[in-house]
Amino acid sequence: MQEYAKPLPIPNEDTKEFWEGCKRHELLIQRCPECHIYRFYPSSLCPKCMSAQAEWARVSGRGHIYSYAIGRHVRSPAWADAVPYILGIIELEEGVRMMSNVVECKPEEAWIGMPVEVVFEDVTPEITLPKFRPRKEGASG
Amino acid sequence: MSIKNKVAIVGIGETKVGKLPGRDPITIQAEAIRLALEDAGLTNKDVDCLLAKGLMDEPEFMQSTHLFEYLGMHPKITSCMDAGGASPCLMAMTAASLINAGLCEVAVCVEGENDATFVRRQEGVGMSRVSEESENVYGFIAAPVSYAMAARRHMHEFGTTGEQLAAIAVAMRKHACLNENATMRTPITIEDVMNSRWIAEPLHLLDCCLVSDGGGAFVVTTAERARNLKKRPVYILGAAAQMTHNRISQSPNPTHPGAWDAAPRVYEMAGVGPKDIDVAEIYDCFTITVLEQLEAYRFCGRGEGGRFVEGGRIELGGELPVNTHGGLLSQAHIDGMLHVVEGVRQVRGEGGARQVPNAEIALVTGNGGILSTHTSLILARG
Repeated sequence: MQEYAKPLPIPNEDTKEFWEGCKRHELLIQRCPECHIYRFYPSSLCPKCMSAQAEWARVSGRGHIYSYAIGRHVRSPAWADAVPYILGIIELEEGVRMMSNVVECKPEEAWIGMPVEVVFEDVTPEITLPKFRPRKEGASG
Repeated sequence: MSIKNKVAIVGIGETKVGKLPGRDPITIQAEAIRLALEDAGLTNKDVDCLLAKGLMDEPEFMQSTHLFEYLGMHPKITSCMDAGGASPCLMAMTAASLINAGLCEVAVCVEGENDATFVRRQEGVGMSRVSEESENVYGFIAAPVSYAMAARRHMHEFGTTGEQLAAIAVAMRKHACLNENATMRTPITIEDVMNSRWIAEPLHLLDCCLVSDGGGAFVVTTAERARNLKKRPVYILGAAAQMTHNRISQSPNPTHPGAWDAAPRVYEMAGVGPKDIDVAEIYDCFTITVLEQLEAYRFCGRGEGGRFVEGGRIELGGELPVNTHGGLLSQAHIDGMLHVVEGVRQVRGEGGARQVPNAEIALVTGNGGILSTHTSLILARG
């Protein structure tokens, strides 16, 4: 199997549970037990009320494209096989936003507001990346 | 309490820009400082504060202390600052505040690096460790991809077109053609920009800034001391800053950057409005960056930036000349330092072939990260 050459996340104290969830194909987002807002990226403090506590919620993975760009310029060899790729800011139903790829979608077919759902890509035995594919409105996860 | 009219910029320095193989940040910065002090009619012995932009390519522990030692200075105060391209204006307002507080009297602010000829030890290293973790893994390779997302939102919300963005690149190039110390000096058309290859759609190659070697510096002192130096002082009338996020996914709104909040504050401190600005040196890492700041600084309404930049309005001879030096897009990427230098030059009347007639008041802005940090200054002729 060809070695995965693209950058990989290094799970840390804040993100460990997130990445373990991805391995199980679960999208886990932190929620503040005090003020109840969801937050992403995972962190040890609530950005709204500064509570040092966190709960992890398994979310549906449904969201929409908030914005996107089409990467066409190969700046490093690891990305040569990926272009053109869709890099997107995905807004989840829970209101948080994250950067990811939009997959199973031609670049010219993406649009701001397009409904998407999470899919998981097992890129190495240790790391699974959450990505997003087009979803039919009304379809449940 | 206000710094308005209490401090002045009295010296500017600019190295050759482009590719400077064999040089390194310390020699580039030292040269910029030597030129700025010469311009001010001051020496290293006069300087009691040294502020430097933190190095981007190869950060160095306590870098500004190495720099002042190299320059034979023994300042009261030194520090590196890093708010990305917002740093030069941030250094100016910091120097102004320290001087105004009586903590020092003559401050030098510098930025210089060899980003074009620097040999990276690692491929694909992101803007920061936090970016590597959460963005590089998906293909955020460098800033263009994220600014492209801001551009796409602006197009979606307001109907801004690629041709309108291209008009900004055309204007910057026109100005660079008049600047002997600019990297790109062949005129371009809107068609040329639209035909240049995609970097990250919807941004073309010519929508994106250069990667450059080079540096610049400026000297700040009290208004009183400035009046006794050889050149006409350039007063800092106002300064403001607003930071909003680090990563673009965390931006409250990529089409509404921190500039929207900073603009009224800098105008209020300076006691002027958009109509009083004779020339604007606006941080231009990408064409979309300029467009959004023109709206934020109320030169036009929100969403009207595309129409504003059409028809040569931001070119020399137009209503509001922008980036008379050619900017990051066509002169060189010196992190916004040369925007401060050019603003001073214009207000002094030293712009030569690219002088805006009777320029008395200049707006200078800084922007860092992905529309993450924002700073601005309003400068006035003494």
